[in-house]
Amino acid sequence: MNNGPARISKFSYAALIVGFIFLYAPMLSLVIYSFNESRLVTVWAGFSTKWYGELFNDQQIMQAAWRSLQLAAFTATASTILGTLSAIVIVRFKRFRGRTAFTAMITAPLVMPEVITGLSLLLLFVSLGQWIGWPEGRGMHTIWIAHVTFTVAFVNVVISSRLQEMDISLEEAAMDLGANRVKTFFTITLPIISPALISGWLLAFTLSLDDLVVASFVSGPSSTTLPMVVFSSVRLGLSPKINALATILISLVSIAAFIGWWLMWRKERQRLRDIQDITSI
Amino acid sequence: MTAAKAAAPSPVLPTDNYVTINNISKTFDGFRAVHDVSFSIRKGEIFALLGASGCGKSTLLRMLAGFEAPTAGTILLDGLDLNGLPPYRRPINMMFQSYALFPHMTVEQNIAYGLKQDKLPKHEINDRVQEMLKLVRMETYAKRKPHQLSGGQQQRVALARSLSKGPKLLLLDEPMGALDKKLRTQMQLEVVRIIERLGVTCVMVTHDQEEAMTMAHRIAIMEAGQISQIGTPAEIYEQPNCRYTASFIGSVNLFEGTLDEDQIDHCTIKTADLDVPIYVGHGVTGMTGMPCAFAVRPEKVSMSKTRPEQMHNHVAGIIQDIAYLGSESVYHVRLQSGKMVQVELVNAVRWGSERFAADDAVWIYWEDESGVVLTA
Ligand SMILES: Nc1ncnc2c1ncn2[C@@H]1O[C@H](COP(=O)(O)OP(=O)(O)OP(=O)(O)O)[C@@H](O)[C@H]1O
Ligand SMILES: [Mg+2]
Repeated sequence: MNNGPARISKFSYAALIVGFIFLYAPMLSLVIYSFNESRLVTVWAGFSTKWYGELFNDQQIMQAAWRSLQLAAFTATASTILGTLSAIVIVRFKRFRGRTAFTAMITAPLVMPEVITGLSLLLLFVSLGQWIGWPEGRGMHTIWIAHVTFTVAFVNVVISSRLQEMDISLEEAAMDLGANRVKTFFTITLPIISPALISGWLLAFTLSLDDLVVASFVSGPSSTTLPMVVFSSVRLGLSPKINALATILISLVSIAAFIGWWLMWRKERQRLRDIQDITSI
Repeated sequence: MTAAKAAAPSPVLPTDNYVTINNISKTFDGFRAVHDVSFSIRKGEIFALLGASGCGKSTLLRMLAGFEAPTAGTILLDGLDLNGLPPYRRPINMMFQSYALFPHMTVEQNIAYGLKQDKLPKHEINDRVQEMLKLVRMETYAKRKPHQLSGGQQQRVALARSLSKGPKLLLLDEPMGALDKKLRTQMQLEVVRIIERLGVTCVMVTHDQEEAMTMAHRIAIMEAGQISQIGTPAEIYEQPNCRYTASFIGSVNLFEGTLDEDQIDHCTIKTADLDVPIYVGHGVTGMTGMPCAFAVRPEKVSMSKTRPEQMHNHVAGIIQDIAYLGSESVYHVRLQSGKMVQVELVNAVRWGSERFAADDAVWIYWEDESGVVLTA
């Protein structure tokens, strides 16, 4: 009876390790093969960084990467602004007509299949182009609009949950002390929810960066994004160049995640120290 | 407590109606949270709204602050009609139950926030902040963030922040709600000291009667959205005007009965619990035969093992339970009618509580002036 929990924990450990192998082994092999000498992805022929060199010389990939990063940044910024506004409307203005419908429509893209989103946006752009002459063709601007439409739902969820947690009497206190609504928003609400703004921005950034489906529907001839380039080149046969690209992306994401964790850890440590300070007063 | 009675008919001064609340009501989706409440508050007074949970105290306070708009009625502050004024235009500041200190600002910045909204020059703001920090004795904590402060310190900062703009009216919502019991008693006196030193008029909300009696000059008892009595702590305790107030503040023995005889200097009440009608040393305005209750506080009832000599107001019973509290003992006495009566005796001599034991047959009695007649 006594060693029951220990047995369970051994089993859980095993399950955990198997799970991690399942998740991370493919990525690990991808990283390893990016340093492969051979052109064949399945045969190891010695260490080399030549694929990285080829990657940086590939104009098409580099342009697409730069385009995707710009697109992701613009998308993230726009959907953070819209997501914040809609979250405030939903959380702070409890009673207005059509609130339920508004909430449902803002968050619908969370569960909407991407194919549907992409197709309907394409139809919208085409018919708009016929009716009012805008957008004339499809390109970066249409992808941007499409990305904002679906990322704003995610940003909205992140920010409205933070707003809901926030003590509403903080805003009341600011107004009580003489700040009007706008002033209260910029001096109290915004600084307090800023961590949620940052995570919402990062979430939208990554969502936009790796979107293939929606972008394929609404992109134009000169607006191929990085996922589209990767996908089409893989169809022509696996190239170790793509492995190299993937390795770079994985490292960037890991570094970003590590910095995020480190900042959180520092803050937490500071908080614990503060608590000790109080108790020792 | 004859002092309270003597003080009652004081002349009406111009400062008596500093805050006037006229027929204020607030309805939430058909639910009447505050219903037709009227009263006025004097300048420099600490006024407490006391009542059970959900009786509408906070709603009333929030209407004063401007966070809720009254469904009907008007509020005047020093002659200014507050109707339609948003919170940020009212010369009123509030200390919130959760303190609502801005977590991203230091103590200093928190206190300066209200002053900055008035666009005062920088040195004036600094002077005022220092003055406030000194007032609440928090000078050494100026650079700390709220989460680096203990509960009592946070409360002092919140108080300083709400006093920084020199409000005409200060509102306190459950000011001691977030503190533990020991700190509470200490802070009650400190907060009163600060408020009285500044002479600011103050309305506080609490459900703790001890807190209201310690801090407030006058108390309004609220019940289900209405005010049942307003008076000084002593008036409320000694001269409750209805059964609700009598049993809400302290403990009380209520004898239900009918008015038997009503004279100018006395009246008697017939009740099933006593053989002889209760004799009360003051008259009431009412018709003979109408139902009423006689209320007498446990500490005003005496007890002996022999039959008392007075003609009225005594009855025999058996001690059922004894609660020994150290400084006093509370005896629960069962009368022949089955009614339980509480008797509180001070243990003035050592081992004094051992005069009576459970199951003793005793007589309880009280003076003619000890209780009040309640008709509502
Ligand atoms: N925004 C609101 N919408 C609907 N009903 C409300 C709202 N605010 C308060 N009420 C109701 O009004 C009544 C009075 O509430 P209020 O907060 O004034 O009580 P309270 O006396 O302060 O109680 P407590 O001591 O528990 O704080 C309650 O029954 C409450 O449910
Ligand atoms: Mg309340």
